[in-house]
Amino acid sequence: MAAAEPSAESAVAGTLLDPLAVEPSKVRRGEALTVAFRNRKLIFGLSLLSLLLLLAVVGPLLTDLDPFEFYDALGQPPSSEHWLGTTSPGQDVYTQFVHGLRASFIVGAVAGCVAAALGMVVGFAAGYFGGVVDDLLSMLTNVVLVIPTIAVLIIVAAYLSVGSLLSEAVLIGVTSWPWAARAIRAQTFSLASRDFVSLARLSGQGGWRIIVKEIAPNMSSYLFLTFILLFGGSILICATLDFLGLGPSQVMSLGLMLNVAVSNSALQLGMWWWFITPGVAITAVVFALYITNVGLDEVFNPKLRRS
Amino acid sequence: MRRYLARKLLIYLLTFFVAVTIDWAIPRLMPGDPISGLISRLQADPTAAQEMHGYFTKSFGLDEPLWRQYLNFWAGLAHGDLGPSIAYVGSSVSGLIRAAIPYTLALLVPAIVLSYIAGNRVGALAARRKVLDNTALPAAYLLTATPYMFLALMLAYFFAFRWQVFPVSGAYDFSLQPEWSVEFVRSFVVHWFLPFLTLFLVSFGGWAIGMRNLIIYELEADYANYLQALGAPNRLVRKYAYRNAVLPQMSGLALALGAVVGGALVTEIVFGYPGVGTLIITAIQNRDYFLLQGIFLFIILGVLIANFVVDIAYVIVDPRTRTGLQGS
Repeated sequence: MAAAEPSAESAVAGTLLDPLAVEPSKVRRGEALTVAFRNRKLIFGLSLLSLLLLLAVVGPLLTDLDPFEFYDALGQPPSSEHWLGTTSPGQDVYTQFVHGLRASFIVGAVAGCVAAALGMVVGFAAGYFGGVVDDLLSMLTNVVLVIPTIAVLIIVAAYLSVGSLLSEAVLIGVTSWPWAARAIRAQTFSLASRDFVSLARLSGQGGWRIIVKEIAPNMSSYLFLTFILLFGGSILICATLDFLGLGPSQVMSLGLMLNVAVSNSALQLGMWWWFITPGVAITAVVFALYITNVGLDEVFNPKLRRS
Repeated sequence: MRRYLARKLLIYLLTFFVAVTIDWAIPRLMPGDPISGLISRLQADPTAAQEMHGYFTKSFGLDEPLWRQYLNFWAGLAHGDLGPSIAYVGSSVSGLIRAAIPYTLALLVPAIVLSYIAGNRVGALAARRKVLDNTALPAAYLLTATPYMFLALMLAYFFAFRWQVFPVSGAYDFSLQPEWSVEFVRSFVVHWFLPFLTLFLVSFGGWAIGMRNLIIYELEADYANYLQALGAPNRLVRKYAYRNAVLPQMSGLALALGAVVGGALVTEIVFGYPGVGTLIITAIQNRDYFLLQGIFLFIILGVLIANFVVDIAYVIVDPRTRTGLQGS
């Protein structure tokens, strides 16, 4: 998760150092829901997120315009005809924005899933099996962790010339798993020495079965929070990549909007609607995800709630 | 201490080896011939294209067996020779990078150091203090959720375009030459401020959040409760909590480096700042793969060196690494 690494890593590592605090089995479901509905951060984050998701799903249906089509109105500020104005070559900003928002959610979800899956496989294996497996996987994690994600993505995307949203998402996913793997490894490591895991081991169950049946469920909330942060981070990385002009050129994205706005001097022409729209959209999605994460964290983890 | 640093150094050497290998392999594993792609961009006539194809293939040693190419790549690297640039005809890749690096470092180093210090302080202050927490935390999350290029655009729009307090682009006034004069230094600082502020603000948010969360955890720890039960003043308890919380923040610094470097690249592009970021966008637009490869190596090298510096600082701060115990 390059673009959001610092905050994401410190947020997860910082708030959830103690696996004892996150055991959903210990919390009665009804109680958890009551706490959840009382948490203002969670409510705010989820509302904003739903609103944006709704806009991404329904938004493109509200307009017959095409994000790549050029119209007669050149560089117009917002009007009743073009709700969010037009770009200097005459493209409709609203249409680009809603299509871009949709693309952001898709990339975030796919890349987040890929990174979470890789992080879980590596983290569980290293944390549970230990020994040589741990040494090798930790070495791999540390090596990939030090290489700046964005540098690798730039060089790979430049050569591959990414053609689709999906391949861009997978590319982001396979480069942003290391911090998640490291965090999951630490959690698994401390859970693996618990009595219920030893009991499962004594009963002769296989390693991966114990991981899936015993360990993963006991850190499910932690895994979910990790996924949210990977989701948000992927959206930021994707925006950076698209801004550099390395994303798919046939798909409208918020980063591509910023790229075109900068290269067409939207700034110097004072066309604020052109770059504020995509910028606010990215910020809002990622902000909503982070706030949801904080809210959930407080729900799962009573220590963080203000007494 | 020696074991700790040796272990880290081993990982960095391995990482560098892997990174160089990736950098070498990617152009060779990709379908098609990078040289043909380059020449078709230049739109030379067929005979000239033929000639150039031969020239570039030879000058990059692409006509030799793969293992020798790999060794040559390392040899070239050792001599700081990364080949000629395609986008800037007549310049060498290493020369271009060397000219751009000071500008990028001038943005990055102060932004990283100052945001780390300020973020940690504010985060520590905000933890378990209702009013400050309710205002500073949302602001910090908003900052850390903002893409660097968007914050850069906003600052440029308001401070440079609307209110004209700062210049919009470049590293110094075009009428000036780089020299040690008051006028030039003034111009440099004025041009430097907004890109620096962009990097500072986004990273600041991340550090403040991390520190706030860590302090809350430390204040829950047994030693903090014990101190409180003994009647120690709040200030003292917080001081101990801070010292413990700094350690994970320091290891977080290594992780954050990659993100800030990425941020610096896009921020430079927005402000037309003549650092590595501007070099990258020119390289991408001109399909100058060799320049991209060279920049990639320099970024990796820079991040590895910075990581090692952080490790040494960690040894100084955390006594456990010195006595042979594992630091966190």
